[in-house]
Amino acid sequence: MSDNPDPSLSADTGIPEPEGVSDLIETDYEIGQDNLEGSLGPIGFDIHNPVFAVSGLAIVAFVFYTLALPDQAGALFSAMFDFVTKGFDWFFLGAANIFVLFCLLLIVSPMGKIRLGGSEATPDYTYLGWFAMLFAAGMGIGLVFYGVAEPMSHFSSSLGGVTVGENGVRTDWAPLGGAEGDEAAAIRLGMAATIFHWGLHPWAIYAIVALALALFSYNKGLPLTVRSAFYPILGERVWGWPGHVIDILAVFATLFGLATSLGFGATQANAGLNELFGIPIGDTTEVILITVITAIALVSVLRGLDGGVKVLSEINMALALVLLVFVLLAGSTVAVLTGFFDYLWAYIEYLPALSNPIGREDVNFMQGWTSFYWAWWISWSPFVGMFIARVSRGRTVREFMICVLLIPSLVCVLWMSVFGGVAIQQVVQDGYTAAQDADLPLKLFKMLDELPLTGITSLVGIVLVIVFFVTSSDSGSLVIDTITAGGKVDAPVPQRVFWAIFEGAVAIVLLLSAGGLGSLQSMVISTGLPFTVVLLVMCVAIWKGLASERKA
Amino acid sequence: MFNKIMVPVDLAHTPSLSRSLELAAQLARQNGATVWYVGITADTPGKLGHTPAEYAERLDAFTASQVETHGHDAASTAYVANDPAIDLTSVLLRAATEIEADLIVMATHGPGVTDRLWPSHGEAIARRFPGSVFLVRQDPIHPDERIAT
Repeated sequence: MSDNPDPSLSADTGIPEPEGVSDLIETDYEIGQDNLEGSLGPIGFDIHNPVFAVSGLAIVAFVFYTLALPDQAGALFSAMFDFVTKGFDWFFLGAANIFVLFCLLLIVSPMGKIRLGGSEATPDYTYLGWFAMLFAAGMGIGLVFYGVAEPMSHFSSSLGGVTVGENGVRTDWAPLGGAEGDEAAAIRLGMAATIFHWGLHPWAIYAIVALALALFSYNKGLPLTVRSAFYPILGERVWGWPGHVIDILAVFATLFGLATSLGFGATQANAGLNELFGIPIGDTTEVILITVITAIALVSVLRGLDGGVKVLSEINMALALVLLVFVLLAGSTVAVLTGFFDYLWAYIEYLPALSNPIGREDVNFMQGWTSFYWAWWISWSPFVGMFIARVSRGRTVREFMICVLLIPSLVCVLWMSVFGGVAIQQVVQDGYTAAQDADLPLKLFKMLDELPLTGITSLVGIVLVIVFFVTSSDSGSLVIDTITAGGKVDAPVPQRVFWAIFEGAVAIVLLLSAGGLGSLQSMVISTGLPFTVVLLVMCVAIWKGLASERKA
Repeated sequence: MFNKIMVPVDLAHTPSLSRSLELAAQLARQNGATVWYVGITADTPGKLGHTPAEYAERLDAFTASQVETHGHDAASTAYVANDPAIDLTSVLLRAATEIEADLIVMATHGPGVTDRLWPSHGEAIARRFPGSVFLVRQDPIHPDERIAT
């Protein structure tokens, strides 16, 4: 870093200029006052005790339970999954709509002028570095996993049309009313539904958490943990158990959210390696994959935010861009490019119907896809949000919202249009159905099979999954470490090493358990539900916080 | 012999710096040199200030109290690092270049098992800084312990 020529990083060449106007919250709480500092043998630690101990022990207890009573745990998990996605689908959908509207409101309101870090603060990262980090943390493996799989699934189910079971409930998975027999309409509906899941809604969820954390930390002077956002509502009580509970929930959501992604990543990398080199699919390979990737993530966390996480995020973006451009050029370029605008328009057209939380007939689609996605994004939000907050100091609220909400959404539209578009074209024009028929993790590789240079592109695909995997794991470890250290970002290094290893271990254990990826998903959904309430309250807190900032 | 003596300080643990601070002040008086205290903070709120500016005020106050106690010439600069736990060494090395230090006096813990895996910040500085480095162990050594690990 000492010889970094990038002038945008000049924030660390010395103290920034006076930070200008901001409205610090006066509290007697001193950051780190509840921390336990000491050493275990030769290894030093500095942890926020209730949060660290409770979340650590609860996760260990959970892992033991899944291993000791796999059948009971499996049944419990699937019951939980059904209960939450089916009973609270309206809640997830409605809340996500509120988040989108709230973010859009902030862009146009006069509060958009407020700068994170005080009126004179300057950004720590260039647009490119900032953007790469928030994108890599926010979407990660999912984009590679679902890029071909999701548009294809919605297209097929829409084309299949509506089927109604004996009890009058729809048994098909088509979004909305489907598009039976109408290929063109099925493509548009399928793409609109996919973009819906990767567009404004997920990024609004991240933006809310990130903005709350950045505002209460950089402008109000509170520690960088989730509880700080609740100060306007809970007052000094946030430093006691109500705050501990919020932080513990955030650690749970982050750890299980990450473990799920690691599970997806491992199965897809394994599928790809099998396709390419004939490496057997199975537990052994997946465990080796998670171990190797956790080891790479360890190196990255030890190199720190600038030397590790940022560098990997940029490599990641470059690789993703190369693959995107290749698929675009090798596929039917013109069709895909015109498709991009068509799909974007379809998204806007279907958005009101797709986001409607009540009175829906497409229950399978709404609960199995939308509801699961919203819960997944919400459970990721403390992690992605805190990470975005940590790298967003010095941006104005408006700049922040445009860059976190609109630009990533557009990039996702482009990504899905290219990968999904090319795969669907293969089916419609060439009658090539291998990607359509393949299992979820394989669809990407089957699509690449039809394009030239398969060997190279599939390898790039696998590397991309792995690098995405690493960037999620390393930034996740930093975030969990900060939360469990009571908001301190300079806790002893062995702590982040501990969390990186712990994440890998949880992913391995749960992947090997009877329920496999299913049990991971249920945990994600279950932690997502209480956190949705946390997010709704956060919107109120942001509004109050920004209002007091304007008066300052 | 020396003109500018850089002393990295961890404001959260000043009691464990007492020997290095005293030594730096002595050397400064003998050589007619200036002691330059360097502190590092993250840009997030921490124990030592809500903003980097508040941290810098604390460092100034610390410097003033040192001058009062030891009566030497002193100055200070606060640096901001994005990830202080990792970037400490590289930021200190840059600080040493920028303030043109010819000696670094730095407190460090005794050698231990973990140093084999993770060199201490003091070790890393001594390895990379071209000028002189004086690493000061906080605890006086006991005769029985004079065996290198």
